[in-house]
Amino acid sequence: MTSAPLKGAGLVEAGPLADGTGTAAQTVRPSRPRRRGRSAPYWFLVPTLTLFAAFTVVPIGYAIWLSLHRVQVKGIGLGKGARQQVWNGLGNYTDVLKDSEFGHSVLRAFGYGLIVIPTMLGLALLFALMLDTPRARSAPFARLAIFLPYAVPGIIAALMWGFLYLPDVSPFYYLLDKLGLPQPDLFDGGNLYLSFANIAVWGGTGFNMIVIYTALRAIPPDIYEAARIDGASDLKIALRIKVPIVLPSLVLTFFFSVIATLQVFTEPMALKPLTNGLPSSWSPLMAIYDKAFLQSDIYGASATAVVLALATFVLSFTLLRISDRYTREDRA
Amino acid sequence: MSINRRQISRRSILAGAAALGLTGTLAACGGSDDDSGGSDSGPVKLTYWSWAPNMEKVAAIWNKKNPDITVTVSKQASGGEIVSKLITAKKAGNAPDLIQVEYQSLPTLVSNDVLADITKYAGDTKSQFAEGLWGMVTLGTDALYAIPQDAGPLMFYYREDLFKKHGLSVPKTWTEFAETARAARKAVPDAYLTTFSSNDPGLFAGLAQQAGGKWWTVGSGGKWTVGIDDAATKQVAEFWGGLVQEGVIDNQPMYTPAWNNALNKGTHLAWVSAVWAPGVLVSSAPDTKGKWRMAPLPQWKSGENVTGSWGGSSTGVSTDSKHAEAAAKFATWLNTDPEALAALVKEVAIYPAATKGQSGDVLTTPEFFSNQADFYTTAGQIAATTAAAAWGPNVNTAYTTFQDAFGKATKAKKEAQFDSALATVQSKTFADMKKQGFEVTEA
Repeated sequence: MTSAPLKGAGLVEAGPLADGTGTAAQTVRPSRPRRRGRSAPYWFLVPTLTLFAAFTVVPIGYAIWLSLHRVQVKGIGLGKGARQQVWNGLGNYTDVLKDSEFGHSVLRAFGYGLIVIPTMLGLALLFALMLDTPRARSAPFARLAIFLPYAVPGIIAALMWGFLYLPDVSPFYYLLDKLGLPQPDLFDGGNLYLSFANIAVWGGTGFNMIVIYTALRAIPPDIYEAARIDGASDLKIALRIKVPIVLPSLVLTFFFSVIATLQVFTEPMALKPLTNGLPSSWSPLMAIYDKAFLQSDIYGASATAVVLALATFVLSFTLLRISDRYTREDRA
Repeated sequence: MSINRRQISRRSILAGAAALGLTGTLAACGGSDDDSGGSDSGPVKLTYWSWAPNMEKVAAIWNKKNPDITVTVSKQASGGEIVSKLITAKKAGNAPDLIQVEYQSLPTLVSNDVLADITKYAGDTKSQFAEGLWGMVTLGTDALYAIPQDAGPLMFYYREDLFKKHGLSVPKTWTEFAETARAARKAVPDAYLTTFSSNDPGLFAGLAQQAGGKWWTVGSGGKWTVGIDDAATKQVAEFWGGLVQEGVIDNQPMYTPAWNNALNKGTHLAWVSAVWAPGVLVSSAPDTKGKWRMAPLPQWKSGENVTGSWGGSSTGVSTDSKHAEAAAKFATWLNTDPEALAALVKEVAIYPAATKGQSGDVLTTPEFFSNQADFYTTAGQIAATTAAAAWGPNVNTAYTTFQDAFGKATKAKKEAQFDSALATVQSKTFADMKKQGFEVTEA
């Protein structure tokens, strides 16, 4: 497909060269570097494609292959040859779809996302807009302070918050106790979602704020000048000019957040040992981890992982199409 | 919600298994080349997967004495994770030569053909161990799949000072245990005798063994029988469920900062645990040094003398090992040689499974229990009464189900839910075996 226009361009270029020197030998020579040039892009692609194949395509293919098999035990299953890997068709997939625990874990992830995403993106946008106002004081410090929690590894953040949630070791509970205020059980029922959401918002707001803030800094200042001449206040500028312009960044952070929500793992995994209230399949990834690494069922785990990946893909793609339509209409 | 972190964690899990397989195959190719060269010239090189701290120091003693067989210890995670990792490594054909295996994981690993039968290299090793322990490493067959390393007989640990202060008596039976729990609650309203932890199925399994529970058995007809909700285990579940419902036993999981705090502050007055408890108490409750005492586990019938076990592990040889004989030699030395046993006690802080390791000068009273000079003499007597355990090929499934089902029940504090939780563990464990194709019936 690309070779035809390349050839054409080569011929046109060869014209002036041939004119300048006038010999047949030289009209042939320029075609050699060009032939080398045609294959060069592919050579440049080789390292990427090799790594992509080795670390993405092959593992995914292997996971899909595993997901179509299962183990078959004979007799009491002890000793050599007691276990065989046999073809299972779509059996693992029907199991996943019938598995109510996995369904619940997906619902829990959505419930968690409903709390996390609006709060986190709302705060990120608010902080970004505030930092971007000309009146903002010590903006570099504030920016760093808001961003810093993102630099804390997820597992450490989860453990730190987990300790703060545990009544017996938490300074907050100590204060509540001293003040005679009620002490909520942060590991119970609905509170659990808020506890996790709090860790996620604390850790993720900074990252999203930086994305939005960077988009805000890229807006040419003459737009603001024009707005001010028209009598717009800082608030109006923020709502009518800044927000619509950074909308694509907001959409981007929204996608990241949706995907991260479906993949919530670190916080519930780290807090699980601290409480009775957290089942081993609280989130979809925990359900997969449990299958693969605790129950040694890599076949079922692969099928679950494929289903989750497909669902994430479909969801992202649908949302992308919808947002695309919206942003386009806005422009028109 | 760090997006990048989340993505990495997901990829590492999705691709991790596959990548493991991939690198495994590569390493296997390299490994086999090394091995074939190694057997002709130079020392035999063995890899030993173990999670015990300081195991490399014990291996170093062997390496010094046996220049022709070098053992390298590779530190691993314990519990269900090392089992999954071993099964994956076996699939890739590069399982390590030597493996530390918890007793309850033996059937799972044998079923996945990870462990080799080392009967022909073992000699008269059998005579060095108690019968109950030996039964666990043979799985009741003629084969031998591992050499027992350490044992974890259950005992009753209590705060001597607080028991004296509040006039509590040390329970000899479980009925007395319930009374002590009530009395303790009355004497110190913000304290509990102990807790029922839904996060530790191993402890519950030990308590069920004491009561006579047989969770997995192989019948003469070559069929597994799953009996997790047998009468004995039911009795245990109902007993603890009743105490939790009554509010005289705490319902918080063990091994949390809150639990450490309760032990250290003295709001837990006792702990049903195994012989390795001193090592945990040192770090969990450092302020209570010299205040604890150990007694035999309460009994179901007065006058009886039985205990269960919590934990304990063995040393197995993998079917991938090219030097099974050398590996078995090391495994036998490690767990029966006096010098090795002494090093295991001193460096790794285990309670040896070998009978001769359970008495003598090797075991010095733990510093934390300086007030109980006869700690290991008593422990030895208790260890001799350990009931045999009956493990099956899907303990992992039973344990995860236990954590989820009993987590709900302990949270609800309802005895009836303890009962139904046990039924859930039974039915899920049975269904899982059935699905895998095992010949299996329910008790």
